[in-house]
Amino acid sequence: MEATLEASPAGDSPAIVADPVVDAIDRLKEKFPEAVTDDPREGYNGLMVNASQLPAVARTLKDELGFDYLSSLTGVDQIEDGKLEAVYHTYSIEKGGGSVTLHVQVDRDNPVIPSLMPIWPGADFQEREAFDMYGIHFEGHPDLRRILTWDGFNGHPLRKDWQEPFYEDAQKPFGSRWPEGNAVHRAEENNPYGKNVQYPAGWVPTGEEYDVETDMYSILKGNDGHTVDRATHMKTDKLTVNIGPQHPSTHGVFRMVVTLDGETILDLKPVMGYLHRNHEKIGERNTFLGNIPYTDRLDYLSSMGNNHGYVLAIEDLMDLDVPERAEWIRILTVELTRICNHLWALGFLLNDLGALQTPMLYFYIERELILDFFETLSGARMMCNYMRFGGVAYDLPDDVRGQPTMAFLNELVNERLPAALDQADRLMTYNEIVRARSIGVGFLSRQDAIAYSMAGPILRASGVNYDVRRAEPYSYYDQLDFDVPVFYNGDIYDRYRVRIEEMKQSIRIIKQVLPHLEATKGAPIISGKPQYAIRMPRPGEAYGRVENPKGELGYYVTTKRRSSNPERYHVRATSFINLTALGKMCIGHKIADVVAILGSIDIVLGEVDR
Amino acid sequence: MTTPATGASADVAVPEELQNNVWITNIAKLLDPAYNWARKNSVWPMVFGLACCAIEMICTASSRYDLARFGMEVFRATPRQSDLMIVSGTVTKKMVPTIVRLYNQMPEPRYVMAMGACASGGGPFKEGYTVVDGIDKFLPVDVYVPGCPPTPQALINGLIALQEKIDQQSLATVPWYRKDDPTAGMVEIPVLGPDLVDVRQIDIIKAEAKKAAQLAEVETAVTEPEAAS
Repeated sequence: MEATLEASPAGDSPAIVADPVVDAIDRLKEKFPEAVTDDPREGYNGLMVNASQLPAVARTLKDELGFDYLSSLTGVDQIEDGKLEAVYHTYSIEKGGGSVTLHVQVDRDNPVIPSLMPIWPGADFQEREAFDMYGIHFEGHPDLRRILTWDGFNGHPLRKDWQEPFYEDAQKPFGSRWPEGNAVHRAEENNPYGKNVQYPAGWVPTGEEYDVETDMYSILKGNDGHTVDRATHMKTDKLTVNIGPQHPSTHGVFRMVVTLDGETILDLKPVMGYLHRNHEKIGERNTFLGNIPYTDRLDYLSSMGNNHGYVLAIEDLMDLDVPERAEWIRILTVELTRICNHLWALGFLLNDLGALQTPMLYFYIERELILDFFETLSGARMMCNYMRFGGVAYDLPDDVRGQPTMAFLNELVNERLPAALDQADRLMTYNEIVRARSIGVGFLSRQDAIAYSMAGPILRASGVNYDVRRAEPYSYYDQLDFDVPVFYNGDIYDRYRVRIEEMKQSIRIIKQVLPHLEATKGAPIISGKPQYAIRMPRPGEAYGRVENPKGELGYYVTTKRRSSNPERYHVRATSFINLTALGKMCIGHKIADVVAILGSIDIVLGEVDR
Repeated sequence: MTTPATGASADVAVPEELQNNVWITNIAKLLDPAYNWARKNSVWPMVFGLACCAIEMICTASSRYDLARFGMEVFRATPRQSDLMIVSGTVTKKMVPTIVRLYNQMPEPRYVMAMGACASGGGPFKEGYTVVDGIDKFLPVDVYVPGCPPTPQALINGLIALQEKIDQQSLATVPWYRKDDPTAGMVEIPVLGPDLVDVRQIDIIKAEAKKAAQLAEVETAVTEPEAAS
């Protein structure tokens, strides 16, 4: 794939085409002079679109201008203007480069925006999330239900005027609860119920409000109570089965509701929110720095990658430069995280395919080595909390597991990891059972993969050559030599192979990084003085995105001038959006395949539910 | 209660040459160590992962940390066969009815371990609107393991603490053989309304609603004359 085409400065070679983003924005404004204008706010560089014209604008953007990938969709509460806003980030798969960002503002009292489901089915869960969190009504959405909270939940929690039961203050840091070391109060003591709950004033339980899932069951296809009438005249009932939220194969607290005809799946609805930890609400109250440890806990298998996306977004807002050594260390840690994550994902995928635990235990041996490195580097095995704005927190340690660090890393990438991957290849890739269970199962076509906003290995297993490290290079990825593995069958087997190949490419990248680490030894690892209380120098928005092991991870942050905390903090969670196509991939397969298909998506519930 | 099971009782004289071979004790002292020894070395946890801590729990069970040394490697996928529920991660309001139901399905004797900061008290997510501030608001917890997430070593330390706790129990006093077993009943399953409703607190909710209604009445009484004037 071509690298990004930047806007060419005047006098440059005429062969270079204009930036596709600028071009697309111009043509949109030309075609919809009434409905599309530049965003007038300082620091915002998207387009302001009239709500009624949004579907037409989106269709033009997708079909005529080639911005066919809806990366992120989110709501924002502009309480001071009395508006609710929806923000859409669209990218071009073919041309790469930056995003065309659409902002749609509607009245706070009557927030209705046309749904983009007919154009991008990938908007499904994201629109439901915006409805759940902000109460924005997406007209035309076929199944607009709450997704992270439950039906019947009181209010829309991300609205700025909605306060949670343990509310203390609008911004952190709060005043001390123990000013002189004496316990003054705990949050529980201020609450009449002694726990984290609140009810609408005057609410008395009647016992009827608990029947909360009728809507979900009624929308399942084939769940109409009729029997299947076959040519054999044998009548069978259709069956609705709940898998999860507590099930050994759902990779956490995830639930699927399936309708079955015999063993064949007629319809599948994912149900989530069982690990909704209010990441975004907490993030809007935290200081910028205080959010970094929370990002660790999103996709808890690849915390370094999560850190990276967030610091990129904030560095964009602060106009910070990162010293060379820090960039190399970041790439080292992020690529090690990718290997770590894929080892885990493949171990679990094989577990789901029936190779119970043995391959998993093989893969963990090398994973533990990487975790030991992270522990000496950052102090924690999993939740590294390692990157800072403008650099990283600590320099490389002197020793890891009793070996000098560089010797350890060299041995790891030159001997241990390649040997482990070869072994996995030998044992698994051509294994008869693995192939029988995975080839042709869970198919997703190239068009669907793009339309459903899939990302990462799933997108690339469906023949789409798209990797953020290539399409919109960040850090030093444009200086590194690596391939983007692409496979074309779009099934479980290809997703497995994409991950194996990606690990090999990560090893290749790390091999190129190690000499730079030797060369920059002793160089600064953070620009300027480490700051704790950051005041944002400019208002505006930023969208930082990285190619995380699971796919594109984006952070959308808006802030005000001199603010110490984000105004809006949204995570484009890869696992969450990748689940949008789960139903489509499963329909027609047997129920045993559902587990394998879910394993091939590689979800982490911390990121799905946030 | 662990009693050194060897040695002679004062009442019975044992010939010197048999001192090492004869063991005189009473039935309770004999049974308790045997009963507890068997139980503490075959604690079967439930396959039950909630969040980040579950990853460390799986690591603990894998070969490097080797939970099999404690007889705990048999993770059961059903509560009916489990002795220990390791609440490994953040408990949310949407999930807690399921957790309580699973606990109710476990047979006695059953133990609960709160692994990590979130399960112990809400942790970093405590102020969140759908987070339960500690599983001990609903279930009786035997061991708390601090950490975010606890390392495998910390989890093993917690499991050893649980073994010590099991070792201190006596057949004569354990609740699950008593007729008036205080722990035998089902924990009432909370339900989801406008917020999580702990069924045991219905009276408080009603009282609060009454208070709110009275407050509203006072307010209207204050505002109405103003509006009239």
